[in-house]
Amino acid sequence: MAESTVIFTLIGMAIVTYLPRLLPAWFLRNQKLPEFVIAWLRYVPVAVLAALLLPSLLIQNQELNLRFDNIYLWAAIPAIGVAWYKKSLFGTVITGMLVVAIARFLLNL
Amino acid sequence: MNNTTIKQTGNSNWFQSITPALPVVMGYLPIGFAYGVLAVNGGLSTFQTVLMSIIVYAGSSQLIAASLFAQMISPFSIIATTFIVNLRHMLMSAALAPHMQNWKNYQVAFFSYELTDESFGVHSLRFERGQNQPTSTIAINMICQFAWVAGSMVGAVAGNLIEDVRPFALDYALPAMFIALLVLQIKNRKHVLIAVLSGFASLILWMIGLTQWNVIIATVFTAALGAGIEVWLNRR
Repeated sequence: MAESTVIFTLIGMAIVTYLPRLLPAWFLRNQKLPEFVIAWLRYVPVAVLAALLLPSLLIQNQELNLRFDNIYLWAAIPAIGVAWYKKSLFGTVITGMLVVAIARFLLNL
Repeated sequence: MNNTTIKQTGNSNWFQSITPALPVVMGYLPIGFAYGVLAVNGGLSTFQTVLMSIIVYAGSSQLIAASLFAQMISPFSIIATTFIVNLRHMLMSAALAPHMQNWKNYQVAFFSYELTDESFGVHSLRFERGQNQPTSTIAINMICQFAWVAGSMVGAVAGNLIEDVRPFALDYALPAMFIALLVLQIKNRKHVLIAVLSGFASLILWMIGLTQWNVIIATVFTAALGAGIEVWLNRR
């Protein structure tokens, strides 16, 4: 990608990230949204994170990997445990990365 | 005398803001580092990598963008994915809005610029305790973003030296972050249902060839399904 294309992409990303962060706080300080919109917004975090997570665990090198050696899937188990019981972003990320790093080292994956 | 007093107040504001920011900083330094390494390995320059942390400042979408840039995905699709991934901040912004009624417009604008999942977690707790002074709140945000930018800068420099990220498992930073953020969002069985449906919908859409749009389509429709179920249950 050309240098200028990358910069324009970054600026576009900045704008579409900033507006959803700004507009509700700016306009909705005393307003009310329709019930369905509020409910939809409430489900977006769960839906988008799950839609990102499952492919990130199962798709490797542009193909579906359901084999036994999919270390991403195995590492998800302790990571989910830490996230659930410790409620810690940092702890979850470190646990997941450690399990993957150790498994690769021991199993030569 | 007056000067000293003002200076002390200023200092104590910063010190008061460091403690609540600390858990976020502890998370942002290593994840920012991972992002920096991956972005540089995905073909972005050190400048572009750090610029993204300054002007976009949204952890998971930056890690996703790093991998999309590496796969030569079209700019429009990168921007659209970023939009949908960061759309969740709307809800957080709306949730915090009532606590900012007495803020100045520029304070709301600046605060929103640095609103992330993690800073939302910190602020929603503080606001409920009545700690919604704009200066210390914004100071917390600035400390958090500073950690993120610093982490990505060190990561970008290291990324120019690290050829293969696999031995360090930095490629697992993103899936692990999704796991943490998703699990922290799960509050009831309907959330679990929608998460499972959305995950499989996204996977199936990817398998039938919609590799650039699977996340967006799965999110819009399964969140609408969740909202529909909720509204329907409330009306019964």
